[in-house]
Amino acid sequence: MKLKALRYAFPKTIPIMTGFLFLGTAYGIYARTSGLPAVTPIIMAAIVFAGSMEFVAVDMLIGAFDPLGALVMALMVNARHLFYGISMLEKYRDLGVKKWYLVFGLCDESFSINCTAEIPQGVDRGWFYFWVTALNQLYWLTGATIGSLAGQFITIELPGLEFVMTALLVVIFLDNWLKEKNHTASIIGVLAAFLCLLIFGSESFIIPSMALIILTLTLARRKLESKI
Amino acid sequence: MTPIQTVIMIGAVALGTMLTRFTPFLVFGGRTHDGQQRKVPALVHYLGKALPGAALGLLVVYCFKDVNVLSGFHGLPELISLAAIVGVHLWKRNMLVSIATGTVIYMLLVNFIFT
Repeated sequence: MKLKALRYAFPKTIPIMTGFLFLGTAYGIYARTSGLPAVTPIIMAAIVFAGSMEFVAVDMLIGAFDPLGALVMALMVNARHLFYGISMLEKYRDLGVKKWYLVFGLCDESFSINCTAEIPQGVDRGWFYFWVTALNQLYWLTGATIGSLAGQFITIELPGLEFVMTALLVVIFLDNWLKEKNHTASIIGVLAAFLCLLIFGSESFIIPSMALIILTLTLARRKLESKI
Repeated sequence: MTPIQTVIMIGAVALGTMLTRFTPFLVFGGRTHDGQQRKVPALVHYLGKALPGAALGLLVVYCFKDVNVLSGFHGLPELISLAAIVGVHLWKRNMLVSIATGTVIYMLLVNFIFT
């Protein structure tokens, strides 16, 4: 059962393997060249497991001691995960102990795959979710470890490879678009985010976007609920 | 920073991140006193169905947030690669092929044409 789910899950994580090994290595190198000991980025990769936040955390660790600031920053940078949790409430329930690991590892990429995957009969849903999440974390941890241990000896010059993560999310969005019966929610997400990006700028548009999405979806509930 | 301070800082970052991931499950996912799954409020149930599409849309915009259309190459490498991804995906409907094509085109563009 576990192996069958692994065989089904692994191909879906190949783009993430490419992206996470590359970005994880870049993150490890960045942490070392910023002056942090090798163990620090590895520990963060293991217990924080939120890529963009870990880059921010490197800057904070070489700055002033400000745990409250770090906590607030992590809440703001990762606020979008609240949406993932609400979306996965019913898919992740009844999965026993595995559920708590799935919630722990609910990064952008694990959410995108687990939320949209059509899991065939005969493949165990819980183990599929588990493998996607665990493989993704393994890729990131491996990349971070390579970068922080071998950062002095290697330079990676592959400009543009980071686009693999963008390509992945675009394809997941598009695939979901082709499958969904009604596009209203997808359109609301793109338009609200785009509008807030124009108004608030790239540094601080996520939380206003989330508020606008919740507001619009709630107002549209009476019309939309029966269609999705 | 002392090692203890570093540990506290990492702990704070981990706590903040995990609060964003665990909160919905802790608030809505528990069991009632008699061991039944707690019922998710109707609005949250609705949002759980509506949010995935919206969240994926938000993520796509997030990926392109640092593209500057006013200067440099005006986002042309991103636009061309995006068009290639959509085209190939509508044609082949194969995720890995679409992702690989888009990424390779983007790498070729930024390394050899838009340099």
